This record gives sequence, C-alpha cells and structure tokens, in this order.
Amino acid sequence: MPSSASPSTHRVTGSERVGPYTLLRLERGGLDPGNPGQFFMLEAPGRLLPRPFSLCLAPPGELAFLVDPIGPGTEALCGLGIGDEIAVLGPLGCGYRLDVDRPLLVGGGIGIAPLPYLAEKLGGSPPVVLGFRTEEHAEAAALLPGAEVAVDPVLVTELIGPGFDVMACGPEPMLHAVAALCPTAQLAWEAPMACGYGACYGCVVEIDAALKRLCLEGPVLDAHRLNGHVRYLVPAESAGAVSR
Amino acid sequence: MRILNASGCLDALAAPEVARELDAFVTKTVTPLSREGSAPPRIAETAHGMLNAIGLANPGRERFLAEHLPRLRELGPPLWVSVGGFCADDYAETCSNLEDIEAIELNLSCPNVDEAADSAAEIVAACRRATGLPLYAKLSAAHPDVAEVASAVAAAGADGLSLINTLRGVALDLRLRPALARGSGGLSGPALKPVALHAVTVCGEATGLPIVGMGGIESGRDALEFAACGASDVALGTVLFADPGAPGRVRTELTAACADAGVVNPEDAAGLRKSPETQRKVPA
Repeated sequence: MPSSASPSTHRVTGSERVGPYTLLRLERGGLDPGNPGQFFMLEAPGRLLPRPFSLCLAPPGELAFLVDPIGPGTEALCGLGIGDEIAVLGPLGCGYRLDVDRPLLVGGGIGIAPLPYLAEKLGGSPPVVLGFRTEEHAEAAALLPGAEVAVDPVLVTELIGPGFDVMACGPEPMLHAVAALCPTAQLAWEAPMACGYGACYGCVVEIDAALKRLCLEGPVLDAHRLNGHVRYLVPAESAGAVSR
Repeated sequence: MRILNASGCLDALAAPEVARELDAFVTKTVTPLSREGSAPPRIAETAHGMLNAIGLANPGRERFLAEHLPRLRELGPPLWVSVGGFCADDYAETCSNLEDIEAIELNLSCPNVDEAADSAAEIVAACRRATGLPLYAKLSAAHPDVAEVASAVAAAGADGLSLINTLRGVALDLRLRPALARGSGGLSGPALKPVALHAVTVCGEATGLPIVGMGGIESGRDALEFAACGASDVALGTVLFADPGAPGRVRTELTAACADAGVVNPEDAAGLRKSPETQRKVPA
C-alpha cells in the first residue's frame, strides 16, 4: 500500500489530446510519484471501479497520465475538464529496476505511457523505440522526443538491436515477442484490476508458473517470470487495465 | 454496530492498515485443499455492480493454519475465519481445527464453485458438533425462500447469519462472449442492496439471530438502512476496491446518519422501521 491507505482527491490541471489519446494532468498534492512503471488507481467518474494507470510524466506539482478512451471509464476520464476533481490512490505495485547498464525503452501503442517518466528517471536520454498501429496513434511519439518509430506493418521488435537492457510496455503479443528476443527484458503487463492493492484477486496472471496477483507482483516483471504463456488477452471493456 | 469486511474482499496481509480499521477481519474462504481459483479474466464491471469469479482461491487448510493464521493474529483486529468445503465433513474438520478466533463464518453460498452435496442445515449441524466457537451461516438470497434456509440453519445451531453472498450473473464483452473465463460470476456492489435489505429483514424476523448485513454498502446511510432492517453488524465488500479508506469513512458517516434519522445508536433504527406510523409489512 502507498503511504496513505485512502484515496485522495486531486484537481484536474490540464487535458491535452495526443493523437487519439488524452494526457490528463492532475494536481500532485501530497502524492509520491513513485518509481517508473508503478501505477495509480484513478476514479472513473460515474463508474463503480477505479482504473489503473502507470504514471506518464511527473512535472513539478503535477502527475500526468496517458488515457486511451476504450470504454466508459476511460472515456469519462478523457472528458474531465480543468477544475474537475477525482480520487487517486497510489503509487502501487512494483516498477522498473533502474540499475541497468544499457537501457533501451520499447513501447507499443498506449503502452508508451510509462516510458516518458522512465526516461526522465534513467537520465542521459536513453534510446527509445516505439510501435503504433496508425500514423494518428504515432503522434503520441511526441511524448518521447528522439524516439525511433515504427508504424504497422513494421513492428517495433524490428528496431531492437542486440546488447541492450530492454524495458518494455505494450500489448501482450508485443511483450511476448520482446521476451523471445530479450530474455532478460523487464516487461510491464496489464490485467483487469478492481482495486490495485491486492484485495480483489481479479488481476491474476500466470507468474512463476502459478496464478498470482499482477498488482502486487508487477506490473513490471522480468521476462522469464511469465514463462512465455499467453493466458488471455484483456477484453476491451474489461474492468480496467494498467495504462487503460 | 461493528464494521467488518465481506469475505474475499480484502487481503489483510497485503493491506494491514485497511484491516486495522475494521472491528473484525473476515478471512478469504478456507477449503480443505489449496485452490488456485478460476482462470482469468475473473472480474468485470457491470451497471451499478461488478461480477467476480475468483473461485475460492486459497492456500488450503493446512497452510492457512500453519502460515497465514499466525500472521493474521499479529495484526490486531479480532478474526473471523470463513470456512468452505464440498461436504459437511469438510466444513466440520476445518472448524474443529480453529481456536482463539472471534467467530467462524460458514460459506454456504459461493456462486463460483459447485454446491456442497449436503444441505446448509446439515453442514451447520456438523460444524456445531465440531466447535464451540460462534457460527455465522453465510446464505445466498438466490434461494426461493431464504428465510426458510435461515430458520433451518438456526435450528441446526447457527449463532448468527451473514447476509448476503453475491448473486450469480453473466456479463458479455463487446464481441458478445462471456467477459469472465468461467462464464458466470457473482454479482456484487450497489445493485445488490435492495435484495440484501429484504433478506436481512425476513431472516431476522424468522430467526431473531444476529445478522451481519452486506451487499452494496457504500456509505454510513447504507449501513443505517441495514440496521433499520435488523442487521446487528455490517460488512463492506466491493466498496473496499475503490476506497480502501471506506471502513473509517462509513463509521464516521454512520454517526452523522444516525443524527439525521433522530436515533442515538444504529440499533435504534430498527424501531423506526417498525413504528406504527411507518409500518409496512415486508412480504417474505
């Protein structure tokens, strides 16, 4: 659990379109931005359950989250205006280990969300490769200046050179492809999640060959811990998923 | 009125600071053998509720007693252990191994596993022979006459009732496939509250037993409504997912809700529902 067991209320300070996504800025208040790859549960106005999002940016006094409007909760978040308030809990889970020698950041689609904050924390402008479905989605690459970008049918995995410490986030097939190329990669996964702090048991995935809660074990895991088994794909209208 | 958690809606070892805000912590259901639980996806949000099919994932009786229970005891709050199984002997054997806890809740109504072959009353009777600890029977409101089941478990020796468990339901994804891997799941959240208030009312009138009311409680006002229907205590479930601070918040709001209703204690609200000028009979 974070330092406070209760969610706190935070004012919206900005909402910007980034390609098809929305960058939602919140007043930071007393929240610790945490480690890159950790996540926050954001109240989805009008919905019963909050949604998990990894932190995208941590400007002074703010926390910013990249939201893909794929269901009623994320649409409600994209519809927030400056001055609106939502409840926030976090930071939660385990993020990326930063003690790497040759980082390469790999992102796919909305999975680029944790990478800007990760790049900032690593320092020294680490190389970044990104993959997107369309040119419109690829506009989000502006969040990572200098990134090399692949647009479908080119795959981001074609841009991964040898010898890097890969730190990736993206759709499940991409993560499995990255894991096959780079067995030591750190991968950020997502799963439907109701609470984010181990209470609901909803987010289990096969980790170390057993069903374990992704919110506590991850969402960032060393590639070998998933054993390369695809157990399921997140349904688009699920209760919420990391960075959705 | 005590505020508990609904079984399976909080891991006290993962979030001890949340558990410490409760008047008692109710464990996830313990079965004789360990269970990995249902395959994912296990949860889906619905209108005013959520579905879950966790499938009684738990470490099994032996590991629970040896590893989990000692750690739970160190947390502080009184413990209720939720006991499950697939026949009366399963339940009774677990009960006979439990001591130094506040109460046992018999999970007689999980919608995500096959039902035990024995009736609720047979299970309660077997557990009654196995332990002197207080036994709360957790019932489903899906039964056509939940008050009849309540009367049967009361006659078999139950000391109290936990009402209600989730109701079985189905949600479909965009492609019209079941959203949960198991197909169906248990519906929880605010959608359940009217069903729970009815069950609490009729079971209380049928048995006179103490009742832990649960089902969609989100606020102090909700808790007071359960008290008005005869619940002696309440449990929080789905609300804990969005608001781990709910136990403290609901407790504070309950005081204010009592003042608004003109009662000193939540228990006094039961009198309001029964006062001559407001009396309306709730049909069974």
